[in-house]
Amino acid sequence: MSVLRPLDKLPGLNTATILLVGTEDALLQQLADSMLREDCTSELRVHLANSLPLPSTVARPRIDLIVFVINLHSKHSLRKVEESLHHVDATFFLGKVSFLVTGAGRESHCSIHRNTVVKLAHTYRSPLLFCDLEIEDFRATMAQRLVRMLQICAGHVPGVSALSLLSLMRISENPSLEDL
Amino acid sequence: MDETVAEFFRRTILKIPMTEMMTILKAWNFLSENQLQTVNFRQRKESLVQDLVLLCQEKHASLNDAALLDIVYTQFHRHQKVWDVFQMSKGAGGDTDLFDMEQFKNSFKKILQRALKNVTVSFRDAEENAVWIRIAWGTQYRKPNQYKPAYVVYYSQTPYAFTSSSQLKSNLPLLAQTFETHNSTTPLQERSLGLDINMDSRIIHENKIEKERVQRVTQEIFGDYPQPRLEFAQYKLETKFKSDLNGGILADREEPLRCLVKFSSPHLLEALKSLAPAGIADAPLSPLLTCIPNKGMNYFKIRDK
Repeated sequence: MSVLRPLDKLPGLNTATILLVGTEDALLQQLADSMLREDCTSELRVHLANSLPLPSTVARPRIDLIVFVINLHSKHSLRKVEESLHHVDATFFLGKVSFLVTGAGRESHCSIHRNTVVKLAHTYRSPLLFCDLEIEDFRATMAQRLVRMLQICAGHVPGVSALSLLSLMRISENPSLEDL
Repeated sequence: MDETVAEFFRRTILKIPMTEMMTILKAWNFLSENQLQTVNFRQRKESLVQDLVLLCQEKHASLNDAALLDIVYTQFHRHQKVWDVFQMSKGAGGDTDLFDMEQFKNSFKKILQRALKNVTVSFRDAEENAVWIRIAWGTQYRKPNQYKPAYVVYYSQTPYAFTSSSQLKSNLPLLAQTFETHNSTTPLQERSLGLDINMDSRIIHENKIEKERVQRVTQEIFGDYPQPRLEFAQYKLETKFKSDLNGGILADREEPLRCLVKFSSPHLLEALKSLAPAGIADAPLSPLLTCIPNKGMNYFKIRDK
């Protein structure tokens, strides 16, 4: 079955693997580069995919965190992410999935409403991050954040688990989201 | 300076839009920086043109200099012309002739001047081994008409030449002959669409195979070389409302529904070509978009069958 499961493989020693799923290669590549520039005690690996399911031909380590990248300028990117979500096992959504939305800065180019992605993230009980990936400084900050999240999800930070991180992030969200 | 040449200068400079005046004059590179600085570019266009023509006269500009200015203007406004393209078939000559641009220009000019009594031929080199040739035709008894020149753009490393003019048709065989002696036998340079795969081994592309498929499909449809320059395409759709459910106001409507979609871009076909590789659309693209160069159309009416 081509569904991604969080615990179906043994972890690699000191390895943390993130899977970035999005249609626009240029954005994913840049984000991956930014992440790998971070100083990190864990061995980082970044897998880039346009959509799920992943091809079965590639051997891959256990995936610790999936980030779905949606570009508000492209309905195509949203559609591909929505289709890909069906190939992720429900247990992944216990803190090991996040949504990253780019393009909000240029409102005139947006063809997806902000509320659409807010609802999507809420449906899947996962954090929603906004960042204009095309701007280097914002991208570097987001990369830092993702590396921290990744380390937690890989279990490399003592005392903090993916699930506890999820609860922490949810408290800081706007409480009115619960009304949606 | 001859009256006709002065008039030619005047009319050529007058053609240039004020916004491009400085750029084109600089590209022409005949009037020096110092000379250009002595002219007031803020005055009315007619007065400006008069000043510039005076400068040219002081510098003893020739008809050839005026022709060069005309070429520069046309290079900036190449999209306003209609171009025909000719492909030369290989002649039975040596395989490894090295192309000498100067020699080509010399013999090209000589051949035309020998064949036609009154003709002005000017050359200007351009990017990528291209040479722009301007030809003003006359007749046996009349001087060349400088206001209806023909242009030939020849890319020396290729068998292609582009021509633009209405008067050219009758003189085509002559031009073709002129080229025959200077066939370039260098094969077209191959360009490969390599994938930009990151060297960092910590980044793994899961969809390499799919990416290669997209590149391949894009290359099959669009080819390797730059697309023709097109700025917009328009699609008009007329269709009656179709629905699975019976009835409804729209289903009863006699008038078809109308929709107009217009795509515009500084370089529409290149933009379409980059859609699938950039991940913005699936490959292959809709045939409605990809048929534009084949059909030579960019206005489409789509109706129900």
